[in-house]
Amino acid sequence: MNASCLNIANLSAVLPNGARVLRSVSLSVQPGEVRALVGESGAGKTMIGKAVLGVLPPSVRIVEGDMLLEGEDLGRLQPKARRTLIGARTALIPQDPLTALNPSRRIGPQMTDRLVRILGWSGQGADARIRQLLDEVQIRDPDRVLKCYPHELSGGMRQRVLIAAAFAAEPRLIVADEPTTALDVTVQKQILRLIAQLQREHGTAILFVTHDLGVVAKISQKVSVLYAGKVVEEAETAALFAAPQHPYTRALMAATPRYTDPFASLKPVDDAVLAGLAAEIAAADQAWRRPHG
Amino acid sequence: MAEPLFSVRGLKVALPDMTRKPLIGRAPMVEILKGLDFDLPRGSVTGIVGESGSGKSTLGRALVRLLEPSAGSITFDGRDITHLPEAELRPLRRNLQMIFQDPMSSLNPRRTIASIIAAPLRQNGFGDNLKGRVAEALQRVGLPQSFASRYRHELSGGQRQRVGIARALALSPKFVLADEIVSGLDVSTQAQILTLLEKLAAEMGLTVAFISHDLSVIRRLCRQVIVMREGAIVEASATDALFEKPQQAYTRDLISAIPLPEIDEGWLLPAAKVPA
Repeated sequence: MNASCLNIANLSAVLPNGARVLRSVSLSVQPGEVRALVGESGAGKTMIGKAVLGVLPPSVRIVEGDMLLEGEDLGRLQPKARRTLIGARTALIPQDPLTALNPSRRIGPQMTDRLVRILGWSGQGADARIRQLLDEVQIRDPDRVLKCYPHELSGGMRQRVLIAAAFAAEPRLIVADEPTTALDVTVQKQILRLIAQLQREHGTAILFVTHDLGVVAKISQKVSVLYAGKVVEEAETAALFAAPQHPYTRALMAATPRYTDPFASLKPVDDAVLAGLAAEIAAADQAWRRPHG
Repeated sequence: MAEPLFSVRGLKVALPDMTRKPLIGRAPMVEILKGLDFDLPRGSVTGIVGESGSGKSTLGRALVRLLEPSAGSITFDGRDITHLPEAELRPLRRNLQMIFQDPMSSLNPRRTIASIIAAPLRQNGFGDNLKGRVAEALQRVGLPQSFASRYRHELSGGQRQRVGIARALALSPKFVLADEIVSGLDVSTQAQILTLLEKLAAEMGLTVAFISHDLSVIRRLCRQVIVMREGAIVEASATDALFEKPQQAYTRDLISAIPLPEIDEGWLLPAAKVPA
């Protein structure tokens, strides 16, 4: 699978108390492809993104599995080499642009920092690059924006800035962690459109974490549905919406509100579905524990 | 039943603009609501929708008189409550209840669920048979009786929101303000809470103002919708009419911006107009 941009195989992670938070997760992202990770809170979707970026919380320990970034085995690299590789080839679009930006620094230096300090660009080169990206995210007055402090920009503008920063160093893979969840719907649509456009033009692969099946349908080509750290269904996005296979996927779809069909949507998830999931997870854990003691 | 529960005319609310407050002295006032007119018919659920900063929460807080209007009038159940002082509002409060967005921060961490639900009962002179009343409130929202002795941190998000609903409905109020009550919940839990509220509102004949940013949810739950933007009403009409024939461009934009969970290749294609 050397052709994959990202290949995760059998990834399991545990908490100090032994509870598995990722349960033999396997997925791949091809170059230039958007893969959505969808699930409810606690499904482990953000955890997978953090594992890829090497920023798992200290309490979470990876106990099994491989992560290959463009064919390079992240598990076999020395920590420093791993950080360098991840820093050069990946980027993050975070959920909350306000906490991701330093409130006491102007936008300009925050955006060029990474290019200059970590990737060794010249100050001028970084500045020119950032202005080019600001233009791509349709910020028409870069001079003003670069001089602003984060609080002086609207939520949509801040997210544009972070999208520009994410694409600036031409990463091969971007982890987008709920990038539109905090935004109003009209702004969300603009931001999704921008991400899709830049992703197409730059040929970047995206691991797109979201809880919203509507966003999944619009932005992704492939999708992994997660529950309790386990991939319960994996499919091409069009196929998933045409014919969801797993009962949980079907239940999620029925629970998602649709203004076009108010009474067929918003169906509470059936207890039988949840009981089935619990049994599936318990069986998987038992099978996993046997060889692992 | 012809008379609406709420009748709002020319409602204006001004709040101090703390971003422009001088170091010493008062902050200048900024008008948040710019003259609203509408009625809330008895026994109906009205959706109030708008983007952040549209004034929908301010409107809600004015309705239950947590804020005093700067102009206009609010008539509740035939009585002008626009400028009623707190002492005169108190007997009305049992009929003006709220369900909050975040049950984690709106439930006291140091009180048992029973005590949280009992608080409004006690306050309003229903101190007799508290146990029975709390048991009834728990049953109404589908929580087991054993939850009475638990604390908020022992509950899931959906269960906490059920407690919030139980507390608001304990007094069988005439009016309930529900401000973004499902926006912090997962879709599966959201569906449970909304169907519960839908059922209780119908059974108890509640008048509900349902504030939300999510038009899909509003379409399901509400008989009529008020669309707000920048402190003014853009459009107000019956729900079906609003979705089938939106009159204002802004309403159409709001509806078309909702990503439906279905494949639509054209949805992300750049529109003709340049975003502001």
